[in-house]
Amino acid sequence: MSLRNIGIVYRKELTDSLRDRRTLISMIVVPLVLMPVTTIGIGVLTAKIIGQAMKEAPLVMALGGEDSPGVMEKLRRLKTIHVVPARPDFANLISDKKIRAAVEIPKGFEEAMGRGELPTVQIDIYQGELRSTIAAQRLEQFFRGLRDAEVRERLVARGLSGSLVKPFEITEKNVASPEKVFGNTFGALLPYLVIVLCLTGAMYPAIDLTAGEKERGTIETILCSPVGRTHLVLGKFLMVLTASLATSALATSSMAATFLGAREVLAGLARDQSNTLRAAVHPSAILAIFLMVLPIAVLLSAGLLAIALFAKSYKEAQSYISPLMLLVILPAVVAVLPGVELNARLALVPVLNTSLVAKEIMTGTYHWKYMALIFASSCVYAAAAIFLAVKMFQREDVLFRT
Amino acid sequence: MIKAQQLSKRFYDKKRGTIRAVDSVSFHCEPGQIYGLLGANGAGKTTTLRMLATILEPTEGTALVAGYDVVRQAEKVRARVGFLSTATALYGRLTAQEMVEYFGRLHGIDETLLERRIEEIFRRLEMQEFCDRRCDQLSTGMKQKVSIARTLVHDPPVMIFDEPTLGLDVMTARTIVAFIRECRTQGKTVIFSTHVMSEAEKLCDTIGVIHNGRLLAEGTLAELRARYGQQELEEIFVRVVEEKTRRP
Repeated sequence: MSLRNIGIVYRKELTDSLRDRRTLISMIVVPLVLMPVTTIGIGVLTAKIIGQAMKEAPLVMALGGEDSPGVMEKLRRLKTIHVVPARPDFANLISDKKIRAAVEIPKGFEEAMGRGELPTVQIDIYQGELRSTIAAQRLEQFFRGLRDAEVRERLVARGLSGSLVKPFEITEKNVASPEKVFGNTFGALLPYLVIVLCLTGAMYPAIDLTAGEKERGTIETILCSPVGRTHLVLGKFLMVLTASLATSALATSSMAATFLGAREVLAGLARDQSNTLRAAVHPSAILAIFLMVLPIAVLLSAGLLAIALFAKSYKEAQSYISPLMLLVILPAVVAVLPGVELNARLALVPVLNTSLVAKEIMTGTYHWKYMALIFASSCVYAAAAIFLAVKMFQREDVLFRT
Repeated sequence: MIKAQQLSKRFYDKKRGTIRAVDSVSFHCEPGQIYGLLGANGAGKTTTLRMLATILEPTEGTALVAGYDVVRQAEKVRARVGFLSTATALYGRLTAQEMVEYFGRLHGIDETLLERRIEEIFRRLEMQEFCDRRCDQLSTGMKQKVSIARTLVHDPPVMIFDEPTLGLDVMTARTIVAFIRECRTQGKTVIFSTHVMSEAEKLCDTIGVIHNGRLLAEGTLAELRARYGQQELEEIFVRVVEEKTRRP
């Protein structure tokens, strides 16, 4: 094993890759610019849309109720909704988003209520549509208020206290630390991004250094040089790993910088949780996550190298690697799902295990035993991937596949 | 010195089964001589030369190159061989200088010697003006010079050329031919493959006719002319191939 030769190959590949526009874009531009812009941009946009919808008074149609003037009057005076005159095609109007909801008040509603019957008010909505949901919530709130007032009135009429309907209050208080709350909300997202970026960062150099060499005809040139094939593959592997880690680290730091810069904006948007939603991540957690992701980056880099080497051309390599993207993203996504928790069996599933443990680390919980198990198993997978890549480089039918 | 002994290479192909790309080929070539492998496309020339350059490993047999065994001492062989073919492209994003430096370093040449040697080679090949330009911005002729510089950087005693003039224009092809001659003058052992008869006639001390992986005839041009009663190498080549295909 000659470290000198590996170093020579690595230095050359680094120079070569840093002059390749595609690698530069995927390694530096995407993480530095695109990632924070898209993730935070989408967040801001969503918050804006919801905020806008909350400010508007949605159009609501009141059906029936001509014989219940008291209710209708109160409904019309509501500032949070805008009542429009009844039309028979209300269902279509809701479906076409011309109006957001309709409320059907039964015949003789006020009278029936007065007699102590149980009339039903029906709210018609477009399920899952944001503005319709908001309109329905407001209508429901209004009618609940109406009902409570009615109850209180009846109690008072019978000489009883109004507080009889509400014998006690319920409140919620958060006792988890801000780190835990933030970790639980966003904790799964960061490791997910780190892992996915490790993959995207490694992808172009891995293809460029293998299938790219075949396509450009330099593979024969390098194979007739005295550098051993193991040294060659290890030098290339180190370059791919560098790109992988650089992409990931750059993306994380640019995300962190954007978060800090946009903290006020975000705090304003998340007004209802403003006390808890502080970007509280301990630097040591980030470090621990990077340490845990390291063997995954090795696994992905070596794996990509082995696969891309098999391909004859850039295009072919891309068609092999695209499905692999899904294969890596899927377990990372599963870890983001709420309720998926770490256990001994999941600790052996590559990628998924790391995402899960990283999620825990983000909340400030360190399961040392699991971390050791996951790190060790990831190292085994990574070693296997390197071994595979080295073996691939020794196969003539792979190197000269035409 | 090159000495091929029963060199054989078999490939396995899904459709065609086992292919004998090279079948028990033996020949030898002395320093200061040019050995030409003459054959049609797919005759086994490239495979033979790749085995000599240790890019491919022989299925059977072996070869001695500069005194070392291509199977057991592959790295020693590679250190003593310069291999050039139209398939050995340059790294487009490296400059001419960096390209030659890279291969010099891989050959383990120390930096001061490397610097001196590159300067000398670049001067001899008149490459100074474009030494800092990226290889993908060079003309075909300039690229060929960079490739030549790459094969010379470790001053190898054995040179292997695989169809070195394929697809080149007349002027560039002439530089290559001149370079091959120069290698002979310097006492290097030279082997090269071609399917261009005139090139073989002009350059080779010994010609080997290869067809379907087998070496069918071998000798100096004069010997071959006498044996087959033909003046033109093309006629000789056709006779050799026809004779052997009729009586296998």
